[in-house]
Amino acid sequence: MSATATKVKVNNGVNVEALLGARQALTDVPEAAQFKWRATCQWVNGTHSRSTVQSFFGLGAEQSHKTEFSYEADHPEVFAAEDKGATPVEYVLVGLASCLTAGIAAVAQNRSIQLRSVKATLEGGMDLQGILGIDSDVRNGFDGIKIVFEIDADASREDIAALVAQSQKRSAVFDIVTNPTNVAVEIR
Amino acid sequence: MTSSPFGRSPLTGTVDVVVVGAGHAGLAMSHRLSRLAIEHVVLERGEIANSWRHERWNSLRLLTPNWQSRLPDCSYEGADPDGFMTMPEVIGFITAYAKRIAAPVRTGVTVTSVVASDDGYRVETNRGAWRCRAVVVASGAHGLPNLPAFAAAVPDSLNTLTAKDYRHPGQLDDRGVLVVGASATGLQLADEIARSGRPVTLCVGEHIRMLRTYRGLDVQRWLDVLGILDERYDAVDDIVRVRRVPSPQLIGSPDRATLDLNALTERGVTLVGRLVGIYDGEAQFSGSLRNHCAMADLKLRRLLDSIDSWVVEYGTQSAAPLEGVWPTQSAEQIVPTRLAAQPALTLDLTDGRIGTIIWATGFHPDFRWLHLPVFDRKGRLRHDGGIVDAPGLYVLGLNFMRRRKSSFIHGAEDDVRELGEHLAAFLRIGVERPARRAAG
Repeated sequence: MSATATKVKVNNGVNVEALLGARQALTDVPEAAQFKWRATCQWVNGTHSRSTVQSFFGLGAEQSHKTEFSYEADHPEVFAAEDKGATPVEYVLVGLASCLTAGIAAVAQNRSIQLRSVKATLEGGMDLQGILGIDSDVRNGFDGIKIVFEIDADASREDIAALVAQSQKRSAVFDIVTNPTNVAVEIR
Repeated sequence: MTSSPFGRSPLTGTVDVVVVGAGHAGLAMSHRLSRLAIEHVVLERGEIANSWRHERWNSLRLLTPNWQSRLPDCSYEGADPDGFMTMPEVIGFITAYAKRIAAPVRTGVTVTSVVASDDGYRVETNRGAWRCRAVVVASGAHGLPNLPAFAAAVPDSLNTLTAKDYRHPGQLDDRGVLVVGASATGLQLADEIARSGRPVTLCVGEHIRMLRTYRGLDVQRWLDVLGILDERYDAVDDIVRVRRVPSPQLIGSPDRATLDLNALTERGVTLVGRLVGIYDGEAQFSGSLRNHCAMADLKLRRLLDSIDSWVVEYGTQSAAPLEGVWPTQSAEQIVPTRLAAQPALTLDLTDGRIGTIIWATGFHPDFRWLHLPVFDRKGRLRHDGGIVDAPGLYVLGLNFMRRRKSSFIHGAEDDVRELGEHLAAFLRIGVERPARRAAG
């Protein structure tokens, strides 16, 4: 190891220069920073539904993913459903985990920390008395979310903790989950 | 030339420089200008040291020790260099300074408008107008409170105060108090109100955890020794972010106590996350409290590490007094911020348990009288280390304006020396090339 590792360039596969360039560009042209993220959801049967994402708006124009992505959602068999996909609340965990993980990679790159592995394990607690309407004092959603990161990187434990803290500070899904959001539902 | 859209009053006088505000910064600049033999006047809306007289709570003491209370050609000469000035002492210190430097202060003169004119600026006041070639804005960084948009949704049954209106717990009713903001102000008010027996809930967002003393010295001594207070605005990564950082959690008290969130928890204060909304009479708190505390703990530890490293590197050969005198915790004794397993996410503001909300959410300068195109799209003054984006216009005392210490009393000295030099050069160029401003 030591013989060759004199000056290793950190590479987490994140193009930090492009991100910093975008930050500067969007500071100068704040209109271009206005994005719209979209999803559509089609009921299949029972609690099974299929959601797709493809188009979004940003940088002042319509944009598109390279392909359409599709997600099956359902409830498990213990809910007397057919279990054709993850439950919607699990998708929330997926969104939170992938957002924080992406943030860790970006922040690590920016701080010249080489990552070797990052693994997040999430658990959201829920009291079903909420959604089943048994107890009106119990909320429908998670009563808390616990996340455990296992990170192997060229950094001290403290620097890794700072990395994880910074990724929470800059995470969209962390903000969505921890802060209220107005939701407008219409019927066409 | 079009005439000014603003009201015109009879001309009181013509002067090279008008300094707006006779606080410590305006007076320090006045001293500098006198040294440079630049003719000027200092206009003060109230009395000398006005905000210290009228916009502070009763028990407040400076967060900086007396040895740091210095202005150009004026150091602390009292018997207690390590003490913390009370407000009457600060007022006395600044008033004595104004007298000592014979500053040309006009009190009771409120500036209502500054507009550009052919040869510089026209400064309108409630007592006539001044014509000048340069203006130094030293009216302070704390003109207007930062209030969230949802402040309007606070139920009518509650009283609301800003940190400027708060004086002492006796002015509050006996119900509970929600203190919003965990800077030095928020923590001090939460502590004082909790001591008065009222239940206190403190909303905690991003904050800077600090110790009063470390390795036997006051933390301000360490920040001074490490050069952190002298860090320049053009040497930091992201000046916009740094200028928004809240004040460190500190209190100046005779017993040199550290006031942090753990101390408040011990006093019975309930910690909740950042206040993010008021909906249907219910306050909503962010679930990010744990991360905000983790970040503050990490940053405190990093500061202590850098102090430790400094001691290892320079400690033995330094002239600085390193034999600490104040009792302190070691780095190992500093426990992480303790939080409830499930901090509350909501609080009913209508059930009568909460009587008062105190906004300790910071302030921003009031420049509404500055009728010049010098603001960015967010309404912030465009300036380069106090040199405003208009010829002959300067500002003083803003957060991290030229250096981290710019908003401190002792920060004025370096800033007015450099800005005074720039101003003097500007006035000289103006004399040599009088036609230069024609395009303005």
